[in-house]
Amino acid sequence: MERPAWAPRSIDISVPSVSRMYDFYLGGSHNFEVDRQAARKAMEFMPGLPKIMQANRAFMRRAVRFAVQEGVTQFLDVGSGIPTFGNVHEVAQRAHRGAHVVYVDHDPVAVAHSQAVLQGNEAADVVAADLRKPQEILASPQVERLIDLNRPVALLLVAILHFVEDTDDPYSAVAELRDALAPGSLLVLTHASYEGIPLPQERSEGAVDVYKNIRNPLIMRSRDEIARFFEGYDMVEPGLVPMPNWRPDTAPEDEDPYSFSGFAGVGRSA
Amino acid sequence: MTAEPGGPEDRLRRFATIWSRAVYPVTSTSLTRPELEERLLPLARQLSEALRARTFDPGTAKGIGAALIEAHCTDPESLSRTLDCVDAYLVLYCGDPDAPADVQEAQRTRSSRLQHAMAAGFAQELRERTLAEQEAISQAALTAQSEVAQALHSSEARFRAVFEGAAIGIGIADLDGNVLQVNGALLRMFGGSENLVRGRNVAEWTHPDDAPQVWRLYDELVRGERDHYHVEKAFYRPDGTVLWTNLTVSLLRDADGRPQYQLALMEDTTERRLLNLRLRYEATHDALTGLPNRTLFFERLEKALAAGEGQRFGLCYLDLDGFKTINDSLGHAAGDRLLVEVADRLQSCATAPGEMVARLGGDEFVALTTGSDTERGVDELAGRIMNALVTPISVDGRELTVRGSIGIVEGPVGERGSAEVLRSADITMYRAKSAGGNRFELADPEADARTITRHGLTTALPMALNRGEFFIEYQPLVHLGDGTVHGAEALVRWLHPQHGVLGPDRFIPLAERTGLIVPLGRWVLEEAVRQARAWQEKQARTGPLRINVNLSPCQLTHPGLVSDTVDILEQAGLEPDALCLEVTESALIGADDDLLKPLRRLAEMGVDIALDDFGTGYSNLANLRRLPVRILKLDRSFTQSMQQYPADPVDLKIVEGIVSLAHSLDLAVTVEGVETGAQAEQLRILGCDTAQGWYYARPGPPERLHDLALVDATG
Repeated sequence: MERPAWAPRSIDISVPSVSRMYDFYLGGSHNFEVDRQAARKAMEFMPGLPKIMQANRAFMRRAVRFAVQEGVTQFLDVGSGIPTFGNVHEVAQRAHRGAHVVYVDHDPVAVAHSQAVLQGNEAADVVAADLRKPQEILASPQVERLIDLNRPVALLLVAILHFVEDTDDPYSAVAELRDALAPGSLLVLTHASYEGIPLPQERSEGAVDVYKNIRNPLIMRSRDEIARFFEGYDMVEPGLVPMPNWRPDTAPEDEDPYSFSGFAGVGRSA
Repeated sequence: MTAEPGGPEDRLRRFATIWSRAVYPVTSTSLTRPELEERLLPLARQLSEALRARTFDPGTAKGIGAALIEAHCTDPESLSRTLDCVDAYLVLYCGDPDAPADVQEAQRTRSSRLQHAMAAGFAQELRERTLAEQEAISQAALTAQSEVAQALHSSEARFRAVFEGAAIGIGIADLDGNVLQVNGALLRMFGGSENLVRGRNVAEWTHPDDAPQVWRLYDELVRGERDHYHVEKAFYRPDGTVLWTNLTVSLLRDADGRPQYQLALMEDTTERRLLNLRLRYEATHDALTGLPNRTLFFERLEKALAAGEGQRFGLCYLDLDGFKTINDSLGHAAGDRLLVEVADRLQSCATAPGEMVARLGGDEFVALTTGSDTERGVDELAGRIMNALVTPISVDGRELTVRGSIGIVEGPVGERGSAEVLRSADITMYRAKSAGGNRFELADPEADARTITRHGLTTALPMALNRGEFFIEYQPLVHLGDGTVHGAEALVRWLHPQHGVLGPDRFIPLAERTGLIVPLGRWVLEEAVRQARAWQEKQARTGPLRINVNLSPCQLTHPGLVSDTVDILEQAGLEPDALCLEVTESALIGADDDLLKPLRRLAEMGVDIALDDFGTGYSNLANLRRLPVRILKLDRSFTQSMQQYPADPVDLKIVEGIVSLAHSLDLAVTVEGVETGAQAEQLRILGCDTAQGWYYARPGPPERLHDLALVDATG
């Protein structure tokens, strides 16, 4: 039987969580042994996984600064996970003192941790909600309080859409969010893909299987499939590219080969 | 600060660059390498200063190790690379290359000491940070869990409220059937006493009305083979009364799917059930007499007719004789009391199993008997009913004698449907009634068929006229003197879509009864007059052809007869004296002046009136003078005897007498049914004026008559 909407979701920290695994890849200790076991298992197939995460963080940092330069100072970060260093609100608020940030995650532990981290920060908050139900995000009191939907918003979907299966129709969810945001809003997106991984696909599939086994399947999409998420947006230069190639601060050729896995891009809504 | 090439500041920067290049690949910072270098530069400066300070304090390097952690160089490899870098380059870039050897040696010692301190600082800070993060994530997990627990608690509270407050009865039992928990609604359903419900076993709650599958479903559920079932079930309350419920039982499993409890949800349907029974009773019983009504009767009849081979049924259809009179004279209330009494008596006639009495409506009742020997049974049943009506019924102090007519249908089941059976019984009842009533008749398939056809024709008549299913055939009227065609009689036919061509004897009586005869007769008159006019136009030189059209008794009394006839003649442009209206002798028997007036008017206009079928009724010869009649049409019975040779002399005398009488009254005589030449000759000799019959021509389409007339005219 399906869980009724008002029945509480149970928490089982003996099950690995992708957000705590992500923290582990980034050298953090906001994780438990189950998370580390799963992450190490995935790293057996793809030793460079941490470099991919790091590239994600670096891209996000550049994209947030880009948004502020473009005059967009409201950030909706869906799938924010466990806050570690270089969080959106830190980057954004350093670039623009009055920037508003709302984090969204459906992992209750990540949300609880975010609440602790954001305590006392009037300009940032966190919502426990699911990307698959955009209305829950948009109708939340946190969004109402911090985000003015009549002005452009930077919507961050960094390393999240590859956890949404096609049966959950991620394209509709992204479109629904797009339609709710004011023209001139930015979509900041990264997505995993077999394209760009410096390994034979069979090895990458080993890592993908780890995620399947922890019931959090990783959906590898092609560049074309990822580009479809930008429907209704004009791509900002240089388009949908490997993460280090997106408006780099330093020469991309110095970057770790793994950081070229998957794609990143920023779009501006018309 | 200026960095003059080769100067101390430049050398410090170069050290920081080397350091950042060594460490950057093993950090997970989102800073760029130049940014990291910017963060390392002050640390490098501290190292440099410590290296050259007058009093050496290696403690400052602890802070540098800690700062690495803050710069998010948490991987132990970054410490290792940092130490390698400091060991190889600190003295080289930040020491004094020109200092004496012992000073340089001292700086290398200081470098080692600084590395030890940095490592300790790094380890300590990493430990702090790791513990803090572990603490934070554990706190977050705890917070999240306690929120869930709280939500669970409030959800449980909600569930409890639902459980306690539900209008539906809820009970939980273990798999052995022991009742563990019940809610208030369930207790109330069972009469309110908790100890009479809780602790009991589900299996005790059997009831004689339990459907056969109820306990099989239960067994399947507790064995884990079924997750739900839904039944209607009755329970005995502790006080012995019956509780009817809609019962849904679900199996509750534990997290591993093992059956644990059974959950029963029950809705009290006792009231609804009673209401349904009452509604069902009301829907199937006659409110006045309390007898089963038409609905229930048909249900039973259909069931009886669907019974197995060898089974028979008998049906009595009773209609009271003269009930309408009682109703009209004594009022409906008295009529109703009479019906109630009749119903009571009928009820007592059909008490055996398989027998029933029902009221179909008005004063119509039916009695049904079923079984294998209904041939005898239904006769006895009808007899009992007739007997039951013998004793007068007392209503409002009057003794009313009630009689009834019964139609009986009896036969094997499986051959006819209920509607057919009832219709047959109805028809038979009418037969009994038209035979005088107060009797019963047995259904006869042939009589039924006739009636059914007649009924079918009656209902089809009005449409038939609209659809143009009628047509007219013409039979020539021949002048006996010279054999010329004198005119024609119009005879209406019905081309019935199923029964084919029907003669007037099949439908004119029906049309008379339904009144359709008036429009039909008018149509025939129109057609015939139009046809006569057409003939006249075609053969003006042979003299006018007359047209004979039959008038039925109904038309005679119709007020529009004269005006319609005038209109029709005028419209067609036919002279009135070309038309002859035939009226039967019987229609004019006892006719008074009012009835004769329209005929007189027509006769005055010049329309001939013929007295049809003359000689079949009790003709009042004296009356003949009074009638506006011009022609006598002798019935065919007079001519039939002349078909043999020699003809019956008495018949000859009679015809001769009639002819002479007619002629003395200035009436012409027409004979019908002439079939042989001898006949025709005989009749000519007897003085008849005109004749018609198969000898000349059978009735046919107008063209045929036209041809005949032409032949006659030219030959």
